Amino acid sequence: MKDFNYHSAKDSKEASKLASSSSAFLAGGMTTIPSMKLGLATYKDLIDIKNIKKLSGIKVSGKSVTIGAATKHVEVSNSKDVKKAIPSLSSLAEGIGDPQVRNRGTIGGSIANNDPSADYPSACIALNATIHTNERKIEAAKFFKGMFETALKKGELIEAIEFQIPEKSSYQKHPNPASRYAIVGVYVAKHKGDVNVAVTGAKSCVYNDKEMSKALSGNFSSSSIDGMDLDSSEMNTDMHASAEFRASLVVTQAKKAVDAC
Amino acid sequence: MASLVGSRVERKEDKRFLTGKGRYTADINLANQTYAIFVRSPHARASIKKINIDKALKSSGVVSILTGKEIADDKIGGLIAGWAIRSEDGTEMKCPGNPPLAKDNVNFVGDPVAVVIAESLAEAKDAAEKVEVDYKVLKAVTSTADAMNGDTIHEGIDKNLCFDWLLGDRQKVKEAFDKADKVISIDIINNRLIPNAMEPRACVADYNAASEEITLYTTSQNPHLSRLIMSAFGNVAPEHKLRVVAPDVGGGFGSKINVYNEDIVCSWAAKKINRAIKWVAERSESFLTDIHGRDHVTHAELAVTKDGKFLGFKNETIANLGAYARVFGTVTPTYLFGPCATGVYEIPAAYTNVKAVYTNTAPVDAYRGAGRPEATYTIERLVEKASMELGIDKTELRIKNFPTAFPFKQTLVHTVDSGDYVAGMEKAKQMADYKGFEARRKESEAKGKLRGIGVTSYFEACGIAPSAAVMSLGCGVGLWESAEVRFNPTGQVTVYTGSHSHGQSHQTTFAQIAADELGVPIENIDIVHGDTDKGTFGMGTYGSRSLAVGGIAIVNACKKIVEKGKRVTAKMLEANPEDVEFKDGEFIVSKSNKKKTIGEVAFACYLPGVRDEMKSPLPEGDEPGLKETSFYDPSNFSFPAGTHIAEVEIDPETGHVKLEKYTACDDFGRIINPMVVEGQVHGGLAQGIGQALYENAEYDETGQLMTGSYMDYTMPRADNFPEFNIGYTCTHATTNPLGVKGCGEAGAIAAPPTVMNAVIDALGGQEVTMPATAEKVWKACKNLKKSNAKAA
Repeated sequence: MKDFNYHSAKDSKEASKLASSSSAFLAGGMTTIPSMKLGLATYKDLIDIKNIKKLSGIKVSGKSVTIGAATKHVEVSNSKDVKKAIPSLSSLAEGIGDPQVRNRGTIGGSIANNDPSADYPSACIALNATIHTNERKIEAAKFFKGMFETALKKGELIEAIEFQIPEKSSYQKHPNPASRYAIVGVYVAKHKGDVNVAVTGAKSCVYNDKEMSKALSGNFSSSSIDGMDLDSSEMNTDMHASAEFRASLVVTQAKKAVDAC
Repeated sequence: MASLVGSRVERKEDKRFLTGKGRYTADINLANQTYAIFVRSPHARASIKKINIDKALKSSGVVSILTGKEIADDKIGGLIAGWAIRSEDGTEMKCPGNPPLAKDNVNFVGDPVAVVIAESLAEAKDAAEKVEVDYKVLKAVTSTADAMNGDTIHEGIDKNLCFDWLLGDRQKVKEAFDKADKVISIDIINNRLIPNAMEPRACVADYNAASEEITLYTTSQNPHLSRLIMSAFGNVAPEHKLRVVAPDVGGGFGSKINVYNEDIVCSWAAKKINRAIKWVAERSESFLTDIHGRDHVTHAELAVTKDGKFLGFKNETIANLGAYARVFGTVTPTYLFGPCATGVYEIPAAYTNVKAVYTNTAPVDAYRGAGRPEATYTIERLVEKASMELGIDKTELRIKNFPTAFPFKQTLVHTVDSGDYVAGMEKAKQMADYKGFEARRKESEAKGKLRGIGVTSYFEACGIAPSAAVMSLGCGVGLWESAEVRFNPTGQVTVYTGSHSHGQSHQTTFAQIAADELGVPIENIDIVHGDTDKGTFGMGTYGSRSLAVGGIAIVNACKKIVEKGKRVTAKMLEANPEDVEFKDGEFIVSKSNKKKTIGEVAFACYLPGVRDEMKSPLPEGDEPGLKETSFYDPSNFSFPAGTHIAEVEIDPETGHVKLEKYTACDDFGRIINPMVVEGQVHGGLAQGIGQALYENAEYDETGQLMTGSYMDYTMPRADNFPEFNIGYTCTHATTNPLGVKGCGEAGAIAAPPTVMNAVIDALGGQEVTMPATAEKVWKACKNLKKSNAKAA
């Protein structure tokens, strides 16, 4: 790993001020540090945001759950408030990586990185999340732009993620057996009025499957999507799963999620 | 005094391991040491046109940069194959040169071409990036099955063929097949694995200009053997000027038997620059350059009668050696494979033919089980298929062909001294509730799941091995083992063993044996290993040989101590040596109350006199001191055996295979420490199940390793396994005084066919290759659904 300057910011303002074209924010460091060790990324400055108190913590209101960006996965999975308000979000956090990752990795880091196989982006889409940054509020549907690409501007810092509490929801993941990232993860959330079927792992970026959402909005039963033949042409193929297998898994995991609701 | 052999003595080594006080090679730092980084080939096959080190030399902190040219100029030798194998036509195997730093050609991704030595690790890395190597990239050969049709990798080695070896009699087999009612045949792949020891390889080399001695600390399973190879073939230093120390080593599984490029280069370079050099592999280097395991493509056939008697067996295998033949690379797919391929069965005629091929991939060598997992997978998949095709219960078919008496003259090579395969099978069936399977299958079916049961009966030849036998088969060394038992004057004992513990608990089990033999409390016994400057020459640890060979050397040395103690006691107590008995640490003159403790005898041996009297406790002909050595050469291999049974449940919608139950009933002979044996069985099973369901080393057609990190190479984890159901039968080995057989490799040998037989049973007999990943199984489930629909 190349040498870099380490900064510990005391608030968002300072963090944002320190940011430059050769800097990165450091939260859990679960992606940033390995990338630097492997020489895939080099930064002159790392700006640690873990010590910014305002960025950690979980607040639940009648309609939403708001999680600070530097809140660790283990805190989300252990939170009684999250378990009560959105149990599927708690169990999603419990299934990320391994105990070491869950004890360091943060929700903000996961979302800002937007790995196509990460779990949290699907929760954001399914639960109509609002991403609060130090500059603005961004709807989840407009936040995830493409593979490792988000609406964040340079120096813009996620402060919190606000999830809408659904009537029912479930996240079902078919994990990559090696990395435990999602080969396919499907987050089904039934809100008043409509159903979201957010899919991660299958394509280059998380998305809401319109076809399944529509079918389930009409009839919230796994039978309404059973046997659905999804277009696999845009789906990922790698040594762990072909596009054809992923297309089938999206339906299977969606069915499981509906059944688990 | 209660016997310690057979009891769950807590591990003496755990305190230091669990409190972080183990001392591994990477923990060793020497004054004024430098750091090495190896420049490695990014290409699977290329010729080196030019290496330019000018820029790198100017980089900050660089001490030296050395390439294949310097190592050749200094006449440093290369890496070697330890066994010479002869082809069926009588010609000797063909091995290419394997210089520690490639000079003209590179033959796999990771092949080292230069070493950069600098004041710090960061500076070494920076400079290594500035070494410019001009390669002419050539077409790589990567497929095991097609290697013989590829471009010639090594000049003069036609078809990339190292040897074409035959064991058995083709004519007899043909005659047996002519008489068969039915021939069962399979095509299988034994998938390539990466050993993944928890501790990556490392070495620290130091040169003492005063004594002209090189000391190499290294992650080795066999420091003496490493010294021998580095001295005799590497020309690094004469043996008396080369000390090899393998301190705590964090797992080997065979991958640390070999002397590696880095050991030779760092030792040679340390003398050249007159400074200590440290190198520690990064995990990605381990993936690329540690030896890999398995990688066979096999076609096998079994000739049977309609009532299920086996008549003949054919095995045609292509074995991938990787880019070069290494220490156990050539014996693993031959003498460790062929003789075991007929399994635990009486088969009148058999042969195994192995074509060993070179490819542009990492060298393939001994990995836990080495040859025997491949053999067991071949015969046990075949027998399971035979049971399906003949409609005979899989356990009955096996029992029908088990040997009825011991010693059992196995078809091809071995004479198995002891065992009771029927008892093992019956106990395994009971433990696994074999009878209740059909009910459990129906329960799964009701949930929309497919359930399968798989059985494997195995034997293996380990405790390698009688020197005359292995040397007659081409081994470059004899596989005896040594031990030295030293009493201190005040009664504690230090046992020096030529075996090496890298997780096997020798410090505990060997101390249990010595404590029982000598009647000394276990806390007063230390086991010392892993340093060529201490103890006698030893052959190291692999092939489940530590106890069955190294342990017996300890027993024999202890027996010599007791014999001397008897003579000394007799002299001291004025009795006949024949009248002295030894029990629980005391020498007792029979029919009297006269006795000496072993501590008193040891004291007397070191302080052989008394004040005011000219009197020695030592009989004439005995020298002072109490120290004995044994070099034990076994009379035969040892033959653990057993039956394993697995049950899986498959979700046809996702292809997910859940291992529901795993039963292992093994016969390891006498068990010294049941807790340690359970640990060995668990570890072996984890690796064997890993091979069946998860692990796979995959190269693309250009020779790039696709599974070069834990993001893609699936290491099994604890949550992949059910609670293992472990039991034993016990027939003592008749060929050694402890009656022990060896337990280190059994799990890795038996588990792959056991799990795959269960998966294939659940899939209605459809073949899937290892590892049985979700997508492969999902596809098979779709086919099954189609064929069931057709049938309906």
